[in-house]
Amino acid sequence: MTAPAPYRPVAPYQSQAGPGRDGFPQLLRAEWTKFRTVRGWVAGILVAGLLTVGISLLYHGGCGTFVNGTQTGGCPGAPLGPGGEAVTDAFYFVHQPLPGDGTITVRVTSLTGRYSPTGLTAGTPRNPLAGLVPGVQPWTKAGIIVKASTTPGSAYAAMLVTGRNGVRMQYDYTGDIAGLPGAVTASSPRWLRLARSGDTITGYDSADGSHWTRVGTVTLPGLPSTAQVGLFTASPTYEVFNQSVGSGGGSGGPTLGTASFDDLATSWPAGTWTGTSVGAGGAGNAGPLGPGGLGNGPANPFSGGYHRTGATFTLTGSGDIAPNVPDSPDGAGISPTRAIESGTFFALIAMVTVGAVFITAEYRRGLIAATFTAAPRRGRVLAAKAVVLAAVTFLVGLAGTAIALPAGESKFRHGGYWLPPLPAATAVRMVIGTAAVMAVASVLALALGAIARRGVAAVSTVIVLIVLPFLFAVIPGLLPVGAEDWLLRIFPAAAFAVQQAFPAYHQVFSQYLPGNGYYPLAWWTGFLVLCAWTAIALAAATYLVKRRDA
Amino acid sequence: MSQGLRAEWTKLRTLPGTGWLLLAAAALTIAVGAAAAGAFTCSPGHGGCTQAATGADPAKIGFTGVYLGQAVIAVLGVMVIGGEYGTGMIRVTLAAMPRRMTVFAAKALIVTGCALATGLAAIGGSLLAGRLILPGRGLTAANGYLALSVGNGPDLRAVLGSVLYLTLVALLALGVTTLVRDSAAGIGLTLGLLYLFPILTAVVPDHTLARHLDQIAPMTAGLYIQVTVGVRALPLTPWQGLGVTAAWAAAALTLGAAALRLRDA
Repeated sequence: MTAPAPYRPVAPYQSQAGPGRDGFPQLLRAEWTKFRTVRGWVAGILVAGLLTVGISLLYHGGCGTFVNGTQTGGCPGAPLGPGGEAVTDAFYFVHQPLPGDGTITVRVTSLTGRYSPTGLTAGTPRNPLAGLVPGVQPWTKAGIIVKASTTPGSAYAAMLVTGRNGVRMQYDYTGDIAGLPGAVTASSPRWLRLARSGDTITGYDSADGSHWTRVGTVTLPGLPSTAQVGLFTASPTYEVFNQSVGSGGGSGGPTLGTASFDDLATSWPAGTWTGTSVGAGGAGNAGPLGPGGLGNGPANPFSGGYHRTGATFTLTGSGDIAPNVPDSPDGAGISPTRAIESGTFFALIAMVTVGAVFITAEYRRGLIAATFTAAPRRGRVLAAKAVVLAAVTFLVGLAGTAIALPAGESKFRHGGYWLPPLPAATAVRMVIGTAAVMAVASVLALALGAIARRGVAAVSTVIVLIVLPFLFAVIPGLLPVGAEDWLLRIFPAAAFAVQQAFPAYHQVFSQYLPGNGYYPLAWWTGFLVLCAWTAIALAAATYLVKRRDA
Repeated sequence: MSQGLRAEWTKLRTLPGTGWLLLAAAALTIAVGAAAAGAFTCSPGHGGCTQAATGADPAKIGFTGVYLGQAVIAVLGVMVIGGEYGTGMIRVTLAAMPRRMTVFAAKALIVTGCALATGLAAIGGSLLAGRLILPGRGLTAANGYLALSVGNGPDLRAVLGSVLYLTLVALLALGVTTLVRDSAAGIGLTLGLLYLFPILTAVVPDHTLARHLDQIAPMTAGLYIQVTVGVRALPLTPWQGLGVTAAWAAAALTLGAAALRLRDA
């Protein structure tokens, strides 16, 4: 019989390590460790980055002329304006050189036009004017102009009457100042005056020829001492928008504008007037009437012309003097937005899925209990997750978009497409903005994940909120245009406005649609809409996570 | 098989969210369709509201809600198998019913039944809403439009086709989720497949490529079944289009079934 072992009290284990710090940096580190050690999440985010680039390189097929199926040339581009931006510059010009300073005054007594109401079906290659009916376009223009030269893209300032937008002073393609309202008729003619003094041009208009109003004063830097001055007429391409199923594209054709001028007065002894079709007239873009019978020069009925009877001039012209709007009837090229637009959506779906699962997986596995035991301040846990997720998605999105934009553009150019030059600041805003949208959208998914605690609910909600409104806007004929615009104002999809490359110009008629890279809100307002949704969701998530059992 | 069906039905029926989910699918489909019909505008006079001027398709407008409803219906397909993988229930299920193909077939049948019933309610409601709202928005008989009705052939095709389309989407979601074994990834992939093709089409500048993309896109091609105006201009006939969606669903189900059979749970 052995004696019972003597009782020996055992001191409970006590860690020799000091108390750990539990500040926000430690939380960040914990969340980062969780993120990077889950293979599926890292793979998801990397796939998102790769998709951004990969989708932009998917495009093949080309634009241009084909001979027996082989591409022999690219699509035509647009001339560049004085600011380096792409412009449309095609009109009929009756001009003479103005040495130094001077003033030109004229009375416009009528502005009429001809167009084809059915677009494509008008006329034949042999006689393209056959199907035209009377009708002036809203932005058919006629007036006086001071232009650096007859080269398309050169600097100018003009006083002009329009079909339905009253008198305007326009300069250097993007500038547009409103003058007298109302249309021009024989009973209500308009007097126009341009005065040049050095680099400065001042425009005046008058309804009676004696009382003059200054419309605007503009500076054209580097205007040569001898400029071309005279009368002009232009009329932009007519386009029918067909909202029916399956085709949102329009059809149309070049138009003609005809204006009558008299009482032409110049402050210098006027020399000989010369007629020139600048930029080969409105058919320069080989509109839907086809290049068949529409060569440049006098054989082209859209290249314009003029008649002179004493002091009365009648000018007929086609084309436009305006900023180049890609995808518009008179515009050239396609928007660079297309290089990143669809890739962004592919990446976004992958990122919001990871974003939602970043928290719902903790709920599913029960890890959330351990997380909240270790870090009882739940709001800070959510904040740490948001910071880690936003940082990762922003960096991956930034890298992907920074590669995708130039890569996609060069792929398009390789296919013969012409892309208008993109200002560097705009390109930087598009890239950083897209990365920021990905980051904030992922945080929105995280917040919804915390609210719903189920991945499938959070992921489907975010996709419906971000992708579906855009889809409604790009599928032609689904919703009326006004309703589409509202979807992209109130839903988080508004944030894709950060990808808009060029402004929408009111003086150029076009379908400014999301598919072509135009959004109803400015880029920063659109981004704020997404941020507002995310802030509300995060606030609700913080409240619920604190209040509920884990 | 009947035991399998009964087991799957019990599992789905006793989940607290299922009823609400199906109700939401129908309600959202009807609401969006009604909103789209209410938002339709055409300016009377100058023939502004005639069929030729608007090119409007009453069936397509009335059934716009399918774009949203399909996302909710897809969640049903995801839940039926994704929930089991999420909770580990799948191991119990497969232990109780070792014939995995039977389990999968039972799940597919249950999903089909629920989706068909929900789809009928959703599309029937949308049809009524469109029939009541659209004439007030200018799409009247005087302007050359027929009232939405199952009595005329194209509308009946649009109704039945839309119900079938919703069912195919649910099956696509079931197949995809079985393949990836995760609810969140399953719904992300399914909605990606549905929603991303049209965005790609809108952005691709090459019209030939865009047309080919439309022909293979599960959503774009499938919803040709709703088109009653300008059917000839479509890249595929309506039933061929629905066939494309069916092919995607069949491929997803086949891959899902193969994965379920060959893989550990």
